Amino acid sequence: MNLAPSRLRLSETARVSLGSLAARRLRSALSALGIAIGIASLVAVLGLSDSSKSALLDQIGALGTNLLTIEAGSGFGAGDAALPETSVATVSRVPTVEATSAVYTVDAGVYRNDLVPADLTGGISVYGTDPGLLAALNGEIALGSFLTEATRDHPVAVVGAVAAERLGIRNLDRPVRLYIGDRWVEVAGVLEPFALAANLDRAVLMGDRAAERYYDTELAPATVYVRVDEDHIDATRDVLAATVDPENPEEAEISRPSDLLEARSAAESSFTSLFLGLGAVALLVGGIGVANVMVIGVIERRGEIGLRRAIGATRAHIRRQFFTEALTLATMGGTAGVLLGVAVTYGYSLAQGWRVIIPPIAVIGGIAAAVAIGVIAGLYPAVRASRVSPTEALRSA
Amino acid sequence: MPDSQPPAIELRGVSKIYPGSPPIKALDDVSVQIARGQMVAVVGQSGSGKSTMLNVMGTLDQPTSGSVLIEGTDTSLLTDNQLSAIRGRRIGFVFQRFFLLSGIAVIDNVANGLLYTGAARPRRREAAEAVLERVGLGARRWHKPDELSGGEMQRVAIARALVGEPAFVLADEPTGNLDSASSNSIIELLFSLHDEGRTIVVITHNEAIAAAMPRQLQILDGRLVHDTGTVSR
Repeated sequence: MNLAPSRLRLSETARVSLGSLAARRLRSALSALGIAIGIASLVAVLGLSDSSKSALLDQIGALGTNLLTIEAGSGFGAGDAALPETSVATVSRVPTVEATSAVYTVDAGVYRNDLVPADLTGGISVYGTDPGLLAALNGEIALGSFLTEATRDHPVAVVGAVAAERLGIRNLDRPVRLYIGDRWVEVAGVLEPFALAANLDRAVLMGDRAAERYYDTELAPATVYVRVDEDHIDATRDVLAATVDPENPEEAEISRPSDLLEARSAAESSFTSLFLGLGAVALLVGGIGVANVMVIGVIERRGEIGLRRAIGATRAHIRRQFFTEALTLATMGGTAGVLLGVAVTYGYSLAQGWRVIIPPIAVIGGIAAAVAIGVIAGLYPAVRASRVSPTEALRSA
Repeated sequence: MPDSQPPAIELRGVSKIYPGSPPIKALDDVSVQIARGQMVAVVGQSGSGKSTMLNVMGTLDQPTSGSVLIEGTDTSLLTDNQLSAIRGRRIGFVFQRFFLLSGIAVIDNVANGLLYTGAARPRRREAAEAVLERVGLGARRWHKPDELSGGEMQRVAIARALVGEPAFVLADEPTGNLDSASSNSIIELLFSLHDEGRTIVVITHNEAIAAAMPRQLQILDGRLVHDTGTVSR
């Protein structure tokens, strides 16, 4: 007797496996859901982290990374240290410096009017500065105008974003005055938040010469802001301390505010790793769910396995069928997960006003991870199904 | 009647021992030939070894000693995959519990009898349609199994066993789950298939059914104790 071997076309394997899954729709969907949630969280975490990072990098790019700040260090016995009065002049003579500005601490409280008790300062500080500050910090004005050469000498103030909120300044439709120290000061403008100088958001700024005239402020800068040629940032940074204070260069502290934003982005990355870890756990649980459903299926479907062996299926056919089922479940879950993750990324990023970035690695990696999980979760149940002896399967089913 | 063709099934000194303590001797040195076109009843009490005999005849199980020849081929020389091919192409099984797949239509349950032969689906369905007509269920072909009565389900299972034009049909208690009216119609169907020249082996503990069959094999404690049709060749 010469018989052709049993064979099952590939398309039939797919049909048989899909048919089996369709016959147990709810269970199939639930077990695929586990994978979907895992993959969705991975895709969303990667997508959101990239989108938010790109927003941050856009911000850094717009602000420029070439801003350096010089502050009086807390040197030994420095006390209330201030930089030398000549700082701005000497720094602006460094050839790679493009712009310089400074703020001077004014020792006065800010109040909405003269009836507020003196100790309720609201945590708002007062600085004197020059009209070049806005340009040096790439700052923007929200209302009114910034200080000008004309207002530099007069009791006129510009209010930081947070300070304006605390002082209840919502518009300048009518003249607004603040009671600073022991005199009334006209408000000329309100600032947008500074990304690179957050302390100025909680401050009221007035002209340096006005500060000197009305508040006896010494024109020793609290902070000098320096815009440096992009290509010579490090070299300039190295000479700035000695330039500002040749006698005590160690007392001038130089920092680069964009480093903070970059540090924030790095901090967000470490959160990303944490969430990725959680996503991986979800995925693992999903994979176990699929394996579990498949193992239960093998036990429940012994009759079917026995029948298939009786109508000519080889062990390999049985193995392939169950393997394909697991793989299909995982792939469906993975695809749904990727779609869900992309949707979440879109929704959240758009709500935050970020540019939406879906990293290809998240999409490809998500599907690949799902397939890999399908392979791992399907292998054991498939082998187990193929090892069921037909007589046992038919008897015990 | 004798011709040069080998019998459909031949058991030569077949024993089957299930290991354990003590080991169970389910079949003990059974030799029997079933010629083409015969209809044979295998009778015996439960536990007598008749199901083991059917499994061994159907190559679902291998004997501990002795050999099983199917159309003259010694199955002990075949690989597991070759045995699958024999089951898929030469043997039709009918079980007490039907084993229909509940999710798919009657016609596809029957067409599944050809699934592992590699035949394309249209060809399988065509064959299924013809054999469903033969068992009187042509009109029910698009129903799902759970919409059928027990007797109808067993007809579907018989159609599935027949669709591949097997050398013989092995039926293990085909009426065990059926009421007497359905049982009778199934037995009638088996007789009419026999009249068409098919080889059919039916396991039953129903003596009335067995008595109606042309040849009876009686199994007791794994031994073939009575054979009404010894002159089968």
